[in-house]
Amino acid sequence: MFMEQLSNGIALGSIYALTAIGFTMVYGIIRLINFAHGDLYMIGAFLTYTGLTLFNMPILLSFLFGMFGAAIFGILIAKFAYSPVFKAPRINLFLSAIGIAIFLENFAMLLWGPETQSFPSVINNRIYSFIGIRISSLQLIILGATVVLVGILTYVVQYTKLGRAMRCVSQDMDVSKLMGINTNRIVYLTFALGSGLGAAAGTLVGMYYKAVYPMMGFVPGLKAFIAAVIGGIGSIPGAMLGGLIMGISESLGAAYISSGYRDAIAFVILIIILLLKPEGLLGRGIKEKI
Amino acid sequence: MSRITKVLLNLILYSGILYVGIIILSKVFDIGTKKFLEMDSRKRKIVLIGFIVFTGFIPLLLSKNTYALRTSILVLIYIVLALSLNFVLGFAGQLSMGHSAFYAVGAYTTAILTVNYNVPFWISLIFSALVAAIFGLLLGVPTLRLKGDYLAITTIGFGEILRLILINWTSFTRGPAGIPGIPSPSIFGYTIRTNTGYFYILYVLALMTIFISHRLLNSRLGRGLIAIRDDEVAAEAMGVNPTFLKILAFVLGAAIAGIVGGIFASFIHYVNPDNFTYMESVVILTMVVLGGVGSIPGVIVGATVLAILPEALRGISTYRYAIYGILLAMMMIVRPQGIISMASLKGGGANGNSSSQSGN
Repeated sequence: MFMEQLSNGIALGSIYALTAIGFTMVYGIIRLINFAHGDLYMIGAFLTYTGLTLFNMPILLSFLFGMFGAAIFGILIAKFAYSPVFKAPRINLFLSAIGIAIFLENFAMLLWGPETQSFPSVINNRIYSFIGIRISSLQLIILGATVVLVGILTYVVQYTKLGRAMRCVSQDMDVSKLMGINTNRIVYLTFALGSGLGAAAGTLVGMYYKAVYPMMGFVPGLKAFIAAVIGGIGSIPGAMLGGLIMGISESLGAAYISSGYRDAIAFVILIIILLLKPEGLLGRGIKEKI
Repeated sequence: MSRITKVLLNLILYSGILYVGIIILSKVFDIGTKKFLEMDSRKRKIVLIGFIVFTGFIPLLLSKNTYALRTSILVLIYIVLALSLNFVLGFAGQLSMGHSAFYAVGAYTTAILTVNYNVPFWISLIFSALVAAIFGLLLGVPTLRLKGDYLAITTIGFGEILRLILINWTSFTRGPAGIPGIPSPSIFGYTIRTNTGYFYILYVLALMTIFISHRLLNSRLGRGLIAIRDDEVAAEAMGVNPTFLKILAFVLGAAIAGIVGGIFASFIHYVNPDNFTYMESVVILTMVVLGGVGSIPGVIVGATVLAILPEALRGISTYRYAIYGILLAMMMIVRPQGIISMASLKGGGANGNSSSQSGN
């Protein structure tokens, strides 16, 4: 029982981690709680679903189709809804993001219908068990996909010119501009990367629960933010750690405390972390300049 | 494929109409505020009193049309809710996104007291305000140390936890089934059952809230709050106690939201957790920002527009919320300071985005 919940929690946690990484990257660059992130996750899942059912693409291709499609959506949103509001008070950016989130949910409802679509089972789900640990092949795929994607992302952020520019912009946008970085391009690329990762997470969730529906992104979007805050917002390893902590504590909590309060567990952790260590587990505190 | 083209074409068409609508509406209100500010104080008073008297006659004008009357009651409910959030967001500058939680606390307090314990409506309404205020205090004391986004997300969390408690604590709240059969209030032995009666109760409450907002804004406390909103450190250096004032604004907003919650429960005679979701908080927040953060007439206009809009868009109901989302984003781009901004009320910065308030 405990081991089963643990492997379940790790699978769930790696999905949260993927979503939270996209979230934390966007926050790191433009200090925006991207409320539409959860909905890009939903759009990604729906695009993969469309690729599989309408165009009969193989799974890997439709997975990439979903990621690229969501990345394009991310760029469009950043260009038309967020960049005109960058200079306005922060709350305007925030509300613009909420507006886009509401729009995307209803846009998906208009295109794909409000009802839950069943995700075709593309993988023969077998259960492996060794030394008392039972793990399904779907959980292994989720874990594997997460490790591969995070590996690629870490390489991009740490070892390429683009990644260096991204880290630069997240530290100080104006100075980066002075250093000759095309900050607009970096912002859009960050949105594309973050949305792509979110879409991957959405697709994995669709595969795991075999269902996609327009509201599927709402709660994961909030939880991604919480995971990012727990780990220290703006920090990529922090987002991964936060995602895993949330996934595991949620499955264990649902099993041992009460399944009705499943979604409350995340918020309770959040409030405790914010009160004890507001900068997050791996975050650095920012001093306010006067 | 034809479905995609159709949806996209429709959305582009509606966005175009919205864009033109926003531009026209903003111009009308700009001219309106300018004209109003040019009047001398006697003329202003006459206009205001005329407006109050006219809105007071709305139920008589709409007495044949129950649907319109019910909508106008909803408008009043949202005006009070938006004004109560305005204490927190507009005056103190704290981004609270769990306002529907206080509304829910008020509604459930009245529901449980009147249905389970047969407490008279007016007494339970006072309890609604008290309990909501206590919740405001409980939430405010630990969280108001947080800033901006963190506060926003914590208040969302608070709202969600409260909703989950309402759903799961079935022995006390009857869970998702909700509490039916909340009685109507009575004054001097006369029971209020009609929509007109509820309209006047809420009308008085709305006038009171506007009065409190106005008086608070021009008082020592209100100036302190605005100083905190503009620059907390500087305000503290000037001897303003930020923690105390922020908690005060929070508790006041919560108490008023609690009262509206109680009246709402009695108005629809039924409460269930679905009435108080996170979307409800977002709608209230949107009203404040759309109207103009901190500006009392702006918030009233924002609440009126956004409460009527979903009803007016019923004809194209499938596109309703997609349009709502576009409107929100577009409004933030085209007119970030809101329909009637606080700056324009003081006679400056009526057009242009040069508002010096940094929000959060």
